[in-house]
Amino acid sequence: MDHLLTLPVLIPLLTGAIAFLFYKNGTVQRWIGLAGTVALLIASILLLVDVWSNGIQAEQFGNWPAPFGISFVADLLSSIMITISGVMGFVVAVYAVADIDKTREKFGFYPLYHILLMGINGTFLTGDIFNMYVWFEVMLISSFVLLALGNAKAQLDGAVKYVIINLVGSAIFLMGIGFVYGLTGTLNMAELSVRLNEVDNAGLVTTVSMFFMISFGIKAAVFPLFFWLPASYHTPPVAVSAIFAGMLTKVGVYTLIRAFTLLFTQEVAYTHHIILWISGLTMLIGVLGAAAQSEVRRILSFHIISQIGYMIMGLALYTPLALIGSVFYIVHHIIVKTNLFLVGGLARKLTGSYELKKMGGLYRYYPWLGVLFLIPAFSLAGFPPLSGFWAKFTLIYAALEIESYWIAGVALLVGLLTLYSMTKIWMAAFWTPLPGYENDTTGAGFNKIGPRDMFLLVTPIVILATLTIIIGLFPEPFYELSLKAAEELLDPTNYINAVLGK
Amino acid sequence: MEPLLAIVIGVLFSTAIYLMMQRNLVRIVIGVIILSNAVNLLIFTMGRLTRASAPLIPFGEKVPLEAIANPLPQALVLTAIVIGFGLFAFALVLTYRTYKEIGTLDVDELREAETPYENPSDKKDGKAVKEG
Amino acid sequence: MMKSLILQTATKLLFPLLLLFSIFLFLRGHNDPGGGFIGGLVGAAAFALFAISSGTEKARELLRIDPTFMIGLGLFFALLSGVISMYAGTPFLTGHWAFPMVFGAEMHLGSPILFDIGVYLVVVGFTLAVIFSLEEEG
Repeated sequence: MDHLLTLPVLIPLLTGAIAFLFYKNGTVQRWIGLAGTVALLIASILLLVDVWSNGIQAEQFGNWPAPFGISFVADLLSSIMITISGVMGFVVAVYAVADIDKTREKFGFYPLYHILLMGINGTFLTGDIFNMYVWFEVMLISSFVLLALGNAKAQLDGAVKYVIINLVGSAIFLMGIGFVYGLTGTLNMAELSVRLNEVDNAGLVTTVSMFFMISFGIKAAVFPLFFWLPASYHTPPVAVSAIFAGMLTKVGVYTLIRAFTLLFTQEVAYTHHIILWISGLTMLIGVLGAAAQSEVRRILSFHIISQIGYMIMGLALYTPLALIGSVFYIVHHIIVKTNLFLVGGLARKLTGSYELKKMGGLYRYYPWLGVLFLIPAFSLAGFPPLSGFWAKFTLIYAALEIESYWIAGVALLVGLLTLYSMTKIWMAAFWTPLPGYENDTTGAGFNKIGPRDMFLLVTPIVILATLTIIIGLFPEPFYELSLKAAEELLDPTNYINAVLGK
Repeated sequence: MEPLLAIVIGVLFSTAIYLMMQRNLVRIVIGVIILSNAVNLLIFTMGRLTRASAPLIPFGEKVPLEAIANPLPQALVLTAIVIGFGLFAFALVLTYRTYKEIGTLDVDELREAETPYENPSDKKDGKAVKEG
Repeated sequence: MMKSLILQTATKLLFPLLLLFSIFLFLRGHNDPGGGFIGGLVGAAAFALFAISSGTEKARELLRIDPTFMIGLGLFFALLSGVISMYAGTPFLTGHWAFPMVFGAEMHLGSPILFDIGVYLVVVGFTLAVIFSLEEEG
């Protein structure tokens, strides 16, 4: 028996433990951290290959048979998410070496970063609803500390809002778990999927499902529950913002997809219709919020929200094509959004500000950075032939297919407004001259970055931009991967059989 | 027993929500703590209340000798308490740090991370509006 | 830190008792209620009491190991208990037991105790890290 399933959790745990042991030595922590994320990336790719060729994998922790013990399950959706978190874990770890200052390093940035990755991967892999809560909390507590690390005033303010709303969200999640346990007497998700359909009072199950929708909705930052996100995501250093923006809300989306394809499919017409409205409003409100902002990270934060709308739009339509679109969109979005944050961080390092008013002139002196910004920006707006085009195309096509015209219209409109925000950043940060240096031709207004730091900051951006282009030019393998994942989601029989060993 | 516990849970929930609606950060944190305790009690009640002995197997035996209480909700509650302990330790430290750094516990005044905007009440006091 | 003769004298008496009790609770967790978490809390309470009565500097000296280091060590132990079962070819965290004879009595040694040691260290480390940093800020 191989242990590929446990490795995505074990490797970050080991890395985090070693980083804790060497918490005084920044150099060791950095190298251990890089080695750990590389190992994690390799393990996650191996897991994806394994699941792709051998079907859904399950492992019972402590050798207690399911549904009594805790199961770890990797279906295609899980392993895709694990792989993408492996990629993000690696690139952000490289970026962090140049981005995280000595004080934050001393207060334990590296151990917490790896514990955060462990929590994320655990949530993706677990097949037990209570265990999912535990992984959620592992992820949350490390994200709390990462957010507040450094004690800047704005950070503390952002952290207070983030912590309180997430504690309430966790309490609602736990409440839902309590009700589900009371209804069915089990916590194993595969077993729950069977037992919830046998509950006599289907209305009760739907009511309970709302607890999960609200709680996961808070994590995913969907329409009426997103206010914590733009209040906190722009406060920590970029490396932290980037991994948060890339992975954390997507954990919420993943759990939403998992819960409303595997567990709560009793009254699809009702529950998924609610999700459809939420997704439309999330897209629209997010993008309008972004249009009103004038700080790079705040604009990007609001765009996370509008993009979440697209992802759960696929879940709401609940057709094979729509779910393919959702999975494809998640992959595309994580890469692009993390990349935009990283570019924003580099632009800030050069110009000294995140405020659009104080930025400028980047295109003149750093044209390559302009190109690196335009790739993810256009992809986010959905320009062909970049990754975002295929993701949006699939989703809108799926909406038209079942004649849900208004959501297709909203999706198209939001794409247009996204372009507006991206153009705004482009105009202010890249096109107009740097304020105060209008007549200067030497580039004196920019901060100097040493070659080592420059290499560390640019490499992740280049890797992610290349990925965006690859997905854009060769979407077929990714499309097929999403197709198979969507099939597994719509028919949970294989999932149930893999866990319960029938 | 169930109706009684249901009432207790209800009272705890309303207390928690009342506290969370306050402006003082300390009260909000205490509200969240009460909320999490209400949820713990709820899980415990969901596991069915029975008159039975503690789920312990006596020394030398392989199975319990008499009817035992359902140990799973107890384990769940215990886990939730342990996690809650860590989270609230952090939440309290965060509240304390916030008070030290920013100097207020009124959530309406916690606007360090927000876009600067003109608050009419600031003008009344004659204070300058903070520039971002 | 609180300068109080009563507290200092009481701590002198209580400190070893609490530590002993914490180890008792920890070992009791083998078959009965108790274990790493509750034992760790009592152990941390002992050091926290000492820190309040005689200052964190002396408490840190007494602890010898830094709390952060302790968290890492604890995670490491917990990991070890899981890896043992992986090495034996069973799923992660499967309990493996050995029954060596020590002084003529059979000992039940198992990999779960490693996990419990890990929990103990993490709890002591985390609690003390929080309490010390709050005390020092004062």
